[in-house]
Amino acid sequence: MVTLQIIPYAEIESLTSVGRIRKLLNIAKQNKIVLLQGRLSKDEETELIKTTMEEINKEFKGIELAVLDSFKTEGSGFDKMKNEFFSFLLGNRAGFTVIGPASIVKSIKKNPNKIELLTKDKRSRK
Amino acid sequence: MITTIKGWFSSFFSSFLSSKGDMKLGLYGPPNSGKTTLANKICKDWLGQEMGTVSPIAHETREIQIKEQISIKSKNGKKELIFNLVDTPGIATKIDYEDFLKFGMSDRNAKKRAKEATKGVIDAIKWLDEMDAVLVVLDATQDPYSQVNITIIGNLAARNIPVLIVANKCDLKKANMKKVQAAFPQYDVLGISAKYGRNVKDLYEQLFKLAR
Repeated sequence: MVTLQIIPYAEIESLTSVGRIRKLLNIAKQNKIVLLQGRLSKDEETELIKTTMEEINKEFKGIELAVLDSFKTEGSGFDKMKNEFFSFLLGNRAGFTVIGPASIVKSIKKNPNKIELLTKDKRSRK
Repeated sequence: MITTIKGWFSSFFSSFLSSKGDMKLGLYGPPNSGKTTLANKICKDWLGQEMGTVSPIAHETREIQIKEQISIKSKNGKKELIFNLVDTPGIATKIDYEDFLKFGMSDRNAKKRAKEATKGVIDAIKWLDEMDAVLVVLDATQDPYSQVNITIIGNLAARNIPVLIVANKCDLKKANMKKVQAAFPQYDVLGISAKYGRNVKDLYEQLFKLAR
């Protein structure tokens, strides 16, 4: 059974960077897939990877991570301007982040505007 | 007093000169992308010696490796660039010792390798701040959209550290340079084969642009 926990951005907005990483990692370490509305800052993403590495042990092998940006600022002309405007307005609330524990999530493929999450197949022996 | 002034001038100018030679060029990227193979190629070409060991098993480089004062010259011989080359462990979000067992490693060695690899990733992330320029080495046969790649590159951009994306293993049939370029359209992408030296001379020319 796979458990998905949806976290609205409001739940982490008032937390410090350390607090955000702690909250998200704790959920992942409970073998739940985290679906965060919004995204962490680039520094926080790096810190998440660093903290994950510090906590790897027999039970916790790490995470799979993917971030989908709602408003990509590539492209040209009006579309680019519009995306940049909404990206500025929403900041880190735009898009969403998937954090899956490596014990459950085999891989996350991002290609490039969709995310495919492949879970591990644990068949029980009778 | 004259001795003091002389000493001051000497330390001022030597710090200026040494700061030019102290440019740190980092090799970053996911595990097994060919960072150490490229580091060895650069060191072999300009110093006549290799830098580290390579292996088909991921996380072969588990510590920061530095080669100081590598001096390269441009094709026309008019420009010279001196830098310290920093080869870093591949950055990953998960490490499972069981992955190493598949290569015939013992349980004990696999666990030891996994432990060293996690420490290596932590060190690689800590060293990001120290870099003056970075070559992000990606395996051109693999999916470039991995979050690790995007996070590293985004982090370097946020720190205003110049980046050149190197799509390695372009000698392989599965290599897809266009996919790497499409994944990172805001960056210069150079396709090379570090193993066979393909396009590495173009890479050296690009380093002069990167170092400006």
